[in-house]
Amino acid sequence: MKSKLGLSKTKIAAARKSAEKITAPVQKFIGDHSTVAVERATLRLLGADMTSPDGVPVPNMLVDALKDRIQSGLSRYYINALLKTAKTPQELNEAIGKGFDITSFGLVDAHHIEQKGRELVDAFDRLVSKNVQHRRAKLEEFSSAVKSPLLYVIVATGNIYEDVKQAQAAAVEGADIVAVIRTTAQSLLDYVPYGATTEGFGGTYATQENFRIMRAALDEVSQKQKRYIRLVNYCSGLCMPEIAAMGAMERLDVMLNDSMYGILFRDINMYRTFVDQNFSRMINARAEIIINTGEDNYLTTSDAVEKAHTVLASQFINERFAFRAGMPSGLMGLGHAFEMDPEIKNGFLLELSQAQMAREIFPDAPLKYMPPTKFMTGNVFKGYAMNAMFNFASKATGQSIHLLGMLTEAIHTPHIADRFLAIQNAMYVMNSMADFQSEVEFKKGGIIQKRAQQVLDETAAFLSEVQKAGLFDAIERGMFADVKRPKDGGKGLAGVFEKGPDYWNPVEDYLKKSLKAA
Amino acid sequence: MNIKPYGDTLNDGAMQLSFTLPVKACGRAAEAARLYVLKLGFKDCSVVYQEALSDDFTFFVAYAKSDVSLDYSKVEYAEAVSDTMTMNETDEFISRHFGRKLVVVGACTGSDAHTVGIDAIMNMKGYNHHFGLERYQMLEAHNLGAQVPNEKLIEYARKVKADAILVSQVVTQKDVHIHNLTQLIELLEAEKLRGKMLAIVGGPRISNKLAVELGFNAGFGAGSYADHVATFIARKLAEKK
Repeated sequence: MKSKLGLSKTKIAAARKSAEKITAPVQKFIGDHSTVAVERATLRLLGADMTSPDGVPVPNMLVDALKDRIQSGLSRYYINALLKTAKTPQELNEAIGKGFDITSFGLVDAHHIEQKGRELVDAFDRLVSKNVQHRRAKLEEFSSAVKSPLLYVIVATGNIYEDVKQAQAAAVEGADIVAVIRTTAQSLLDYVPYGATTEGFGGTYATQENFRIMRAALDEVSQKQKRYIRLVNYCSGLCMPEIAAMGAMERLDVMLNDSMYGILFRDINMYRTFVDQNFSRMINARAEIIINTGEDNYLTTSDAVEKAHTVLASQFINERFAFRAGMPSGLMGLGHAFEMDPEIKNGFLLELSQAQMAREIFPDAPLKYMPPTKFMTGNVFKGYAMNAMFNFASKATGQSIHLLGMLTEAIHTPHIADRFLAIQNAMYVMNSMADFQSEVEFKKGGIIQKRAQQVLDETAAFLSEVQKAGLFDAIERGMFADVKRPKDGGKGLAGVFEKGPDYWNPVEDYLKKSLKAA
Repeated sequence: MNIKPYGDTLNDGAMQLSFTLPVKACGRAAEAARLYVLKLGFKDCSVVYQEALSDDFTFFVAYAKSDVSLDYSKVEYAEAVSDTMTMNETDEFISRHFGRKLVVVGACTGSDAHTVGIDAIMNMKGYNHHFGLERYQMLEAHNLGAQVPNEKLIEYARKVKADAILVSQVVTQKDVHIHNLTQLIELLEAEKLRGKMLAIVGGPRISNKLAVELGFNAGFGAGSYADHVATFIARKLAEKK
């Protein structure tokens, strides 16, 4: 792709190099550590599921029961219990849920445990391969109906069955991607709730059963509409790896998954987040699930003009962490947002510039572009016009995943017609300017070119400062999003542990092997 | 004075409506939409647009006229702040009346994860060219961020001897904010702090009326800036002295 912005390739390469150096020491830490969430995700992928009568998930029960033995990895003990009892995972889960104790079993020969481990990992491999094949086949079958960018909407009723109705309606109206927003504060739960749920605030619990229900509903509407409708959930918070595991099993297509969002915006401990994001990205990569990173959040909390470089810096860091987890560029839905104050003169030109910049710097990434939210006021009519401008910027710069702005943003969770109006707005704008991107070039040395060059320069300077400080210290000093997060602060630190000399995790070994991760 | 909505002539009572009915789009559906609007008490409804959202839902745009009028002189409402002071005026007011900085502790409480509201009011930069409370010379502003339990907010407010507590509530689905705000007031009362500090709530769906009903000193809704909040805090505390 020819650069419309005259961005320096050398500068882009230098920024990438900085990101590589910034993430290297963190990756070393990640390699030496695991977390309770990684272990629980591993157990789930080996077959652990269900809960105790009072709702404690079996993976959490195992973490609690096995205590310090977690340093060797929990897989060994779960597999050992399967061998000792000759039960299926389902039978064992039921028994553990009812209080069956597996902690006093002596370990059988390592050879048997490893063999059983291979068997269980193979079962996961078959399941995930089947899901990947199914998705590929459907995308191929319905390839003529693919829009660019893909139109992404959110449902958030709190009740999975109500979500299904709204999601199916949105798909009929033209949505390509449906995200079921999570209930407020699920990110801070250190367990994943179980079963179908009908009560949530501002969203619906992410549970494996809810994933299954929505997947089936979207598959049904996909067949009718002759378009593959992608399903999104939130692979973030304290259960990031477990959500990834559940998503891989239930064929989600997109996961919100950022390497630093939880630290900065949810006050989750940094060590916990770094280890968890890596494992979850390995799972997402294996399952060919597109991740969406959360750079839009830098702009909802800070000024979109002044802080544009923090978005690009975060994209570089997210990209590098994803590469290190073995994820290809084609799955990296790096995020950015249209969040400038509408009163700024030529603000649209700056937005256009930054969107084009993201496109040129990450040419293979399925970029995720977020709509105006911060300056939406309740004037639904002006908001609708702002969304039209956002739609224009997205199409003009070849974005990949387009989260539709709602005219009722800042008022309430969308009414069913709000999504329809948003889709109609986007389809009108994007169709009427379908080839705009290839028709239009930007003036040399003009506002648009200069803006992108300036943001790239600021990003390079910022990244080299972060590199000097080291990422852990940079976060501690508040260099990102003006939020200071102490290394030993935040939620979830107690769940991080150093891998013991005999640490064993057959799922991790398998993922690394199949992804050739760093 | 009796008033009615103004479309293009005084007292024509003309209004614009849009809504969705859970039925398949067809002539009968449009007629149902029209009848529904008439049932609401409108006259002369015309459904100007309908479109299927899916097999089971239809969206309508309608225009209708109303005979209902309202005596404007009987409407009772008090804004938390009628005229605002500028940042400098507020700082000067606080110096004169208190001779010390006033301490303000803010948070988005309960399960609500949105920092956008509290940040708009408190952060140095503020919002839409209105500086935030952190910028005020005579305010000591502590922003605790989002998802702060009420208990933690109160404990912190006690520790720093807060003069005012600011609570932001963005998520209002299923009235979760009402439960949370009620709990905060109950806790303040149980801790015998209610008389010692102002309790103020803000958010896009918050009104002064609602706030006062729930036991707060004031409520600030959409369109409020730090100036409004700071003016209220300074004047109210001076009044209470």
